Amino acid sequence: MINLVYLVPLLPLIGFLINGLARNILSKSFVSIIGSGVILGSFFISLLIFFQVRDENFTAQIFSYFDFISVGKIKVDFAFQVDQLSSLFLLIITGVGFLIHVYSTSYMREEDSKDFARYFAYLNLFVFSMLILVLGANYVIMFIGWEGVGLCSYLLIGYWFKNTDYNNAAKKAFIMNRIGDLGFLLGIFWMINAFGTVSFHDLFNSNNGIISSISAINSPTLVGITMLLFVGAMGKSAQIPLYTWLPDAMAGPTPVSALIHAATMVTAGIYMIARSNLIYTHAPATMTLVAIIGLSTAILAATIALKQNDIKKVLAYSTVSQLGYMFLGLGVGAYTGAVFHVITHAFFKALLFLGAGSVIHAMGGEQDIRNMGGLSKHMRITYLTFFTGCIAIAGIPPFSGFFSKDEILAGAFAHNPVLYFIGLGGALLTAFYMFRLLAMTFLGKFRGTEEQSHHLHESPSAITIPLIILAFLSIAGGLVGIPEFMIPHEHRLQEFLNPIFAQSNGILLNPEIPRQTEYLLTGVSTILILVTSIWAWKKYKNYQVKPSDETGLGKVLVNKWYVDELYDLIIVKPLKALSLFFNNVIERTGIDGLVNGVGRGINYSSRQIRLLQSGQVGTYILMMVIGVVILFIIQLFAK
Amino acid sequence: MEIRWYIFLSVALFCIGVIGALTRRNAIIVFMCIELMLNSVNLLLVAFSKMHMSGVAAKYPGLATDAQLFVFFIMVVAAAEVSVGLAIIVMMYRNTHSVDINFLNRLKN
Repeated sequence: MINLVYLVPLLPLIGFLINGLARNILSKSFVSIIGSGVILGSFFISLLIFFQVRDENFTAQIFSYFDFISVGKIKVDFAFQVDQLSSLFLLIITGVGFLIHVYSTSYMREEDSKDFARYFAYLNLFVFSMLILVLGANYVIMFIGWEGVGLCSYLLIGYWFKNTDYNNAAKKAFIMNRIGDLGFLLGIFWMINAFGTVSFHDLFNSNNGIISSISAINSPTLVGITMLLFVGAMGKSAQIPLYTWLPDAMAGPTPVSALIHAATMVTAGIYMIARSNLIYTHAPATMTLVAIIGLSTAILAATIALKQNDIKKVLAYSTVSQLGYMFLGLGVGAYTGAVFHVITHAFFKALLFLGAGSVIHAMGGEQDIRNMGGLSKHMRITYLTFFTGCIAIAGIPPFSGFFSKDEILAGAFAHNPVLYFIGLGGALLTAFYMFRLLAMTFLGKFRGTEEQSHHLHESPSAITIPLIILAFLSIAGGLVGIPEFMIPHEHRLQEFLNPIFAQSNGILLNPEIPRQTEYLLTGVSTILILVTSIWAWKKYKNYQVKPSDETGLGKVLVNKWYVDELYDLIIVKPLKALSLFFNNVIERTGIDGLVNGVGRGINYSSRQIRLLQSGQVGTYILMMVIGVVILFIIQLFAK
Repeated sequence: MEIRWYIFLSVALFCIGVIGALTRRNAIIVFMCIELMLNSVNLLLVAFSKMHMSGVAAKYPGLATDAQLFVFFIMVVAAAEVSVGLAIIVMMYRNTHSVDINFLNRLKN
């Protein structure tokens, strides 16, 4: 079955081609069946592959299909690598992807059939690119997928391309990603230069891998390469300073936000670093930076989320914040924890986004939570599933977020207790803003217009069934990674991923935390999170719109720490000034002057030379005679 | 007699022809000057042929008279040219009652 791995990305590609090429003639139901069906097919194959990979004796397999680049000594195969990490990501992408495709069939129902097909074509293309990204057996193939998902993200954010704001958001996302991609690309070039190969197997295998045989720590080459790769991850996974595109990316349809900007694409950076864990382990300097960036992003985004009033914006900042946690995990060497958080986050964040989509659907496009409230009465299933998602993301046991976040925080504590306490602060903020969101949306009195209140209804089953499945996964997803101190030998994820991270763990030797400390930390954090959640719940249960403006820190938070304005000031404005200078001075006088000068010179000289053509035969003969005489003289003296 | 006297004469004739063609405005005189130039070249050809090719004539009889044949060609062509040229001048005189070549400037527009 594992030999059929090429079918996993191929099926979405076929779906993309069918839906994309025949979008004008296909009916909506046919598009839905094709679009979701191909993903379901991929999911089944991924599932079968996963069962095969789960076997204890399984070792990573590489399927090489053709020579992609072959120049001099560099040889890059178009190859797929199936191992524990990629098979796990295959399951998340196709599984969550399938649920979101099903959800979209209902959510996008009101679009024209042409646009509907275009939407599904993009979505299938996205899944295809994402699968290429995780299956690639070397950095170049990974980069193809990396670029592909960026493109699809752009296309889907700007899906309603008639709206200029949405187009700007799409462009912003694309440009921010390009900055990161440049770093990634330079990292790949450097890697080719330093090691002569980009294949994961050549670099990381435990027998004779190039990186595995390096014993030096923090060598400039490794630090440089890891830094550049991390720049790529910053762009794709929305970390400081390249995170501002993600909240704007909420301009796309809500299922897109759920699939691309929460569950899958933005975790590509985490996947890439987890894949390169061995290089990072050899460059602790970069790991420290990763941890610091991750943690600051987690805190910064969480504080911004406290004051946002757009339901999708809150979730977007929450995504940025959770991605920050994953990077914190990577930075402190808790690789398994980071991947674990990717999985659980994919479940509960997809759930929350889809729940938000269901709410927006019922509210007729309204996204401001100040105009919601009291929806729990009308939307029972959405409310309950959203509630589940909130508990999961806040980290209340035994829901999935608790286990993964706890593992990352435990790793941070083992590394440096300061990181732990700041991280815990972020977790409290998470609990606060999530329950604020929940309370303002679903509790209290309805604050929308009269017309909206008549319109409120539970969403159809194509929307609620994915919600229920994801809610179930959010509850149970954490059970694959129960920490050692609760039930020994029940961290199945760690055992499963061991072949990927074993070499790094052998080098890192993270100190063990005493069992009592671990109980204490977990207990304290759980109690604090519970208290914060209840506080937020109480505070916003009967929220009333206050006309007063925010002041002080609140105003700064409402304005997202003025980061967009800061970027505008230090990058956009100088760039515009420079462009204006180039346009007005260099372009107008320099280049235009040169081009026009040539034209004018020819014009002038031809006007002068024209006078020679006087029509006087005598002059012509004179010229001829002079010419002959000159030739004669030249001939005389040329010898 | 040395060849150089022929060369001097021929160059002198040619220069007279050039200067005449350049300076005179009467079409007939310009025409005559052109003939003068042609004939100065003819003179040169004949002189070189006569005085320099006599040695060659013994070995390559064909070559010795080439230049003189050339001269005949030039004379024939010149005769043909004269007939055309004079005809043009006659036509020009009929139309304009003048043989001033500067008068033909009007054709340029």
